[in-house]
Amino acid sequence: MDLRDSAEEAAFRGHLRAWIAANLPASLRGQGTRTEQLEPLRKWSAALSKAGYVGLTWPQEYGGGGGSHALDAILLQELARADAPQHVGAIGLGMAGPTIMVHGTEAQKSQHLRPILDAEEIWCQGFSEPGAGSDLASVRTRSELRGDTFVVNGQKVWSSYAHIADWCILVTLSDPAAPRYHGLTYMLVDMHSKGVEVRPLRQITGEADFNEIFLTEVEVPRANVLGEIGEGWQVAMTTLLHERATLGFALTGLLDANVQGLLRLAGEHPGEANELLGEIAREWIQLQALQLTAYRSLGELDRTGMPGPEGSAIKLAWSESNQRVTKLARFLLGEEGVVDDGFWNYQQLRSRGNTIEAGTSEILRNIIAERVLGLPRSR
Amino acid sequence: MDFTFSSEQRELREQARSFLEAHFPPSRVAQLAESEAGWDPDIWPELAQLGWLGVSVPEDLGGAGLTFIEEAILIEEFGRSLFPGPYLSTIGFARPALSGNQLAQVAAGSRRWSACLGESNLVPDLAFVDQVVLLRGDQLLAVAPEGRPATSIDSTRRMVALSSSQGEVLASGPPAQELAQAMRLRLATALALEAVGVAQRVLEWGLEHVRTREQFGRPIGSYQAVSHPLVDTFVEVELARSLAYWAAWCISVDDPQLGLAAAAAKSAAAEAAVHACERVIQVHGGMGFTWESPLHRYYKRALWIEHFGGSPGQHRRRLASQLLAGGGSTAESQPAHRGG
Repeated sequence: MDLRDSAEEAAFRGHLRAWIAANLPASLRGQGTRTEQLEPLRKWSAALSKAGYVGLTWPQEYGGGGGSHALDAILLQELARADAPQHVGAIGLGMAGPTIMVHGTEAQKSQHLRPILDAEEIWCQGFSEPGAGSDLASVRTRSELRGDTFVVNGQKVWSSYAHIADWCILVTLSDPAAPRYHGLTYMLVDMHSKGVEVRPLRQITGEADFNEIFLTEVEVPRANVLGEIGEGWQVAMTTLLHERATLGFALTGLLDANVQGLLRLAGEHPGEANELLGEIAREWIQLQALQLTAYRSLGELDRTGMPGPEGSAIKLAWSESNQRVTKLARFLLGEEGVVDDGFWNYQQLRSRGNTIEAGTSEILRNIIAERVLGLPRSR
Repeated sequence: MDFTFSSEQRELREQARSFLEAHFPPSRVAQLAESEAGWDPDIWPELAQLGWLGVSVPEDLGGAGLTFIEEAILIEEFGRSLFPGPYLSTIGFARPALSGNQLAQVAAGSRRWSACLGESNLVPDLAFVDQVVLLRGDQLLAVAPEGRPATSIDSTRRMVALSSSQGEVLASGPPAQELAQAMRLRLATALALEAVGVAQRVLEWGLEHVRTREQFGRPIGSYQAVSHPLVDTFVEVELARSLAYWAAWCISVDDPQLGLAAAAAKSAAAEAAVHACERVIQVHGGMGFTWESPLHRYYKRALWIEHFGGSPGQHRRRLASQLLAGGGSTAESQPAHRGG
C-alpha cells in the first residue's frame, strides 16, 4: 500500500504533463468535452492517442498500453489539472471497445479497436427505450434476419453523443417468441446508415446532451452482430460491467470540481458558510472517500482482473453527494440564488439526472443487494 | 500508487480473524463483559508471542519493525471481535509517547499503557494497564493508573476517571505538544479502524438474518424496504474503510495530510458503525432488541467510539475551518501525494 506514485508512475506523469503543456491548443483549454467543437476535439483525441495516452490499460495486441489502471487515473488527473478535455470517444473507450475485445470476431476487432483509440470512430449507446429503461430485457426495437442482413425498426432514447456518433452499440429484440433474456441480439450499427434519424432531447437545464434515435428499416449486415444471435443479454452485461468498473474514477473528477467550487463559494459567503461547516466538511470527506474507494477498486482490478465489490458503491454515493453539494452551494448563495449565476443553477438542475442516468439509484441498490450482498431477488 | 494490502498483510488479517473467532466468540465476549475482571489478562502473553504487541517496534527492541498498516489490520480485527483488553489504549493511543525500553516492554507484553489528553479525565481500560500517559500543561507524564471507576456505556471498554497527576516526565514543551497531537490523530485513526470492524461484523449478521428469516412466505431480504437500508450500510462502510486505510497509511509514512485524514476517517467511520448497528437491530425485529443478541454490545461500542476522541460533528467543523482557512486550494483537497 502506497498512495504515492511509483518511480514508473512518476516518470509517466512527468512526461504526460510536459506533453500536455506542449500540445494542448489554447482554444480547448477550459472547454470541457463540448461537442460543438467536434473537429478540434477529434484532433486533440487523435494526438493523445498517437502519443500513446489512450487505451493505457487495453492489451497491447489491440493497440493499447497494457498498463495498470493507476496510469488511467493519472491521465484523468493531469488532464483535469491542465483544464484539458478528455478523449471525445468515452463510450467507445469505456464500453464498446472492451465489449468488442471480449465478444468480437477478429474482423470486428481489427475494424473498430484502433479507430476507437484514434477518435476516428465515435460511438454511442443504444440500450434504453421509452418502454425499457431500468428493465433492459424488455427492449422492443425489432431486428429481423433477412438473408444475410438484419433489418432494424424501433426507437432508442437517452443516447449521449448520438448526434456526433459514427457507430452505435445496439441491443435489439431478434426473437419475440424466445423466453425473456434469450431473444436479444447485440449489434454494431453504422450511424450513417439509411433510416437512422437522431433527434436531440431538451433537458431541464435547457440544453440537449441526450438524443432519441429512430431506426426505420435500417439494414445491418449479419457480420455486425456482436456475440451470438439471441445472446445479446450476456453481451450487454459485459458492457455494463465495464461501464461500472471504470466510471467511478471519472465521476469523482466531476465531484472534485464542484467541491472545489463549493469551498470557494463558502469563502465568499462566510456568514452562511459558518452555519453549514459540518455539511460542507461532510461532502469534502465524501469526495476523498469516493476517490480512495475508486483507487481501491482499481487496485483490485489490477490484482485479480475483476473490479472489487466496493466499486459498485461509487456511482450510487457519488450521485447523491453531487446533489447535496449543488444544494449546499445554493444555500450559500442565499437570496442571490434566484438569479442564474451561470454555474450553480445549472449544476443543481443537471445533478437531478445523476441518480437516474447509468442506472437509477433504486436499480443500483437492487444490484448491490443481489449481486454484491447475496440477498434474494426482490422481483 | 497502490491502495491494496500485500499478500503478507492479507495473511495477517486472516490469522488475526481466525485467532479472535476462536478465542473471543460473542458468547465469550458477553461473559467477559459481565465479569468483574472485564477481560482475560492471560491472553496478553499470547498476543506478545504472536508478535502483535511489537508490530511497529524496531527489531533491536524485540519488535517486528513493521508499520502502522499492520497494526491497523489488527486494530480493525480486534474491533470486529469486540475484544475486551488494552490493545487500543496501548498500541492505538499511548504508543507515540513511548520510546526505547518502554517499547521493548510493550513488545514483550510486560507493560500495558493507556492515556489521557485532558479532553476529560476519563481513561479507557485504565484498570488493565500498568501506566497512563498524561498530558498536563506542557508536559507528558507517565502516571500510575489510579482513579475512580465510572460506568462505561460499553462494558467491553471500561472507563476510570484518572486521579493521579504526578509521575515521570516523558517530554515537555513543544515536543510534548507534538507527541500529544500524534496521539490524538493515532487515536482517531485507530477508532475509525475499530468502527469499520464493528460495522462490517454487524452488517454480516444483518445479511445472514434477512437471507434466512421468512415472513409472508419469503425471505425478508427480498423486500426492498429491508434490503435497501442494508445496501446503504454497505456503501457507508466501504467509503469509511477507504478513509480509515488512508489515515492508517498517512501514519505509516508520516504524511502531512494525517490531520485531515484522521478527522475524515473518525467522523465517517463512527457514524457508519452507529448506523450499521441501528439498521441491523431494526431488521432483526424483536430479537435485535434483546439482551441475548450480541447486537447491543456492538451498538454500545459504536456509540462509545462515536463519542470518545471527538464527536463526528466536532471533527467535521474543525476540518471545515481548516479547509476554508487554506482557501480550499487544490493541493489541500488532494487525498494523497500525486507526484507533485
